[in-house]
Amino acid sequence: MEIAASLGRITLNRLQILGRSGIFLFMSVFQAFLPPFRIPRLVKEIEFIGSKSFLIVFVTALFTGMVLGIQGYYSLSQFGAEAALGVMVALSIIRELGPVLCALMVTGRAGSAITAEIGIMKITDQFPALEMMAIDPLKYVISPKVVAGIISLPLLTAFFDLVGIAGGYLVGVKLLGVNEGAYLGKMVKAITFTDIHGGILKSLCFGLLITWISSFMGFTAEPTTEGVSRATTNAVVLTSLSILIVDYILTSLLL
Amino acid sequence: MIKVENLVKKYGNVTALNHLNCRFETGKVTVILGGSGSGKSTLLRQLTGLEKPDSGSVYFDGVNLTTANKKKLYGIRRKMGMLFQGSALFNYLNIFENIAFPLREHTKIADNIIKTIVTMKLEMVGLRGTEKLMPSQLSGGMMKRVGLARAMVMDPKIIFYDEPTSGLDPISTGVIDKLIKDLNQALNITSVVVSHDMESCFRIADNIMILFFGDIIAEGTVEEIRNSKDLRVKQFINGEPEGPIPFTRTDKNYLDEILFR
Repeated sequence: MEIAASLGRITLNRLQILGRSGIFLFMSVFQAFLPPFRIPRLVKEIEFIGSKSFLIVFVTALFTGMVLGIQGYYSLSQFGAEAALGVMVALSIIRELGPVLCALMVTGRAGSAITAEIGIMKITDQFPALEMMAIDPLKYVISPKVVAGIISLPLLTAFFDLVGIAGGYLVGVKLLGVNEGAYLGKMVKAITFTDIHGGILKSLCFGLLITWISSFMGFTAEPTTEGVSRATTNAVVLTSLSILIVDYILTSLLL
Repeated sequence: MIKVENLVKKYGNVTALNHLNCRFETGKVTVILGGSGSGKSTLLRQLTGLEKPDSGSVYFDGVNLTTANKKKLYGIRRKMGMLFQGSALFNYLNIFENIAFPLREHTKIADNIIKTIVTMKLEMVGLRGTEKLMPSQLSGGMMKRVGLARAMVMDPKIIFYDEPTSGLDPISTGVIDKLIKDLNQALNITSVVVSHDMESCFRIADNIMILFFGDIIAEGTVEEIRNSKDLRVKQFINGEPEGPIPFTRTDKNYLDEILFR
């Protein structure tokens, strides 16, 4: 009886948090479409989530592409199919690794920072201060972040795809001697727009997911130093897991 | 100006405000006194509409804040200013932008006029020249003064102060007290001050209200409070450790507890 009761209580509690986070997302996305529009704030957030992630995405993409080049060459040469290396690298990066790895890197870099920033704003009473100035904190602080995430992630992912394929080219063609025409030519033929759309759709969802979860965790953090550090850890863990799970769901729906 | 009727607020089982009735008069400085946990900060959050009470009403110029929708509430808030305990300055904006923030958000005033207004407000709090600094580069007392400049930049009719002098050195306390009094006398701004600083309270107050665990145990002018016969009031204003207001929080008998009875 005790166990059943506590189980029910935990379930209810979790459902409540889920519901609250849903309302939170709705309010912040919905209000992004209402005036006044704060374009400078949006640009600033895109700079933070997007442009400042370029280097980290570049390095991740380059090495992922290079590793794929080596591993792909090794596996494909067992069947004498080295010529298909370009297709393999491009398909795995565009469909899967690009959106997912890019999202994971942005989570680590920007997601944690968003949670910490919002948590500290909460500790120092900046949300009630906004309220007292007749400014909606959700609209002012959260909406630009969510919109910036949805704009930045597809762009970063496109950049990731490009650099990743170049990395595979570097190793496959320049180092291991795969025919250049075969690497690029077959790739162009094999990749369809469906593959690219799928990748972009994923990155849109991840952009929303990252900013939503990290903002919500910061917004609901316990207003103490430990509370904020716990929220930051939780945000990164929860976002990373959600990215992998949502990735599976989207992949199975898109195929 | 503000009328509170039958206000009740509970957090879980704890009653923070117990059927309060009170008024805050236009053009007066009213100080809400009380020890820690007496409900004074809670009362302030209800007066500003930051929290909704469990029951009862708060009327601001005849408008009921507890039932007002967001748009109406935000309309009323433009007439309010608030100085937070920790100043609540935006840490990503410099001092100038912090003070200019409400103007930029709510008005279409040209940049050079904003600059004039901000300079005037900074002069009032004696901090001209700090425009380019970030909040983290200021001391606690200076941050409070910047917070006050920001609170009055929209020329509010009422300013709420949440423990404006706690944690400040005597000179900063004196400066803040003088600012509160000056603002009230020069601009006729109604002030509501939450405090537990007796000295500063007697310096600035027109009216005093003493809260004790969610109840108002005394209210009146400074003289009336000073001459009050109520033992609890006497204990509070003299800061006596022994008296009708208990220091310990538990009902359990001390002897019982240490002897495991």
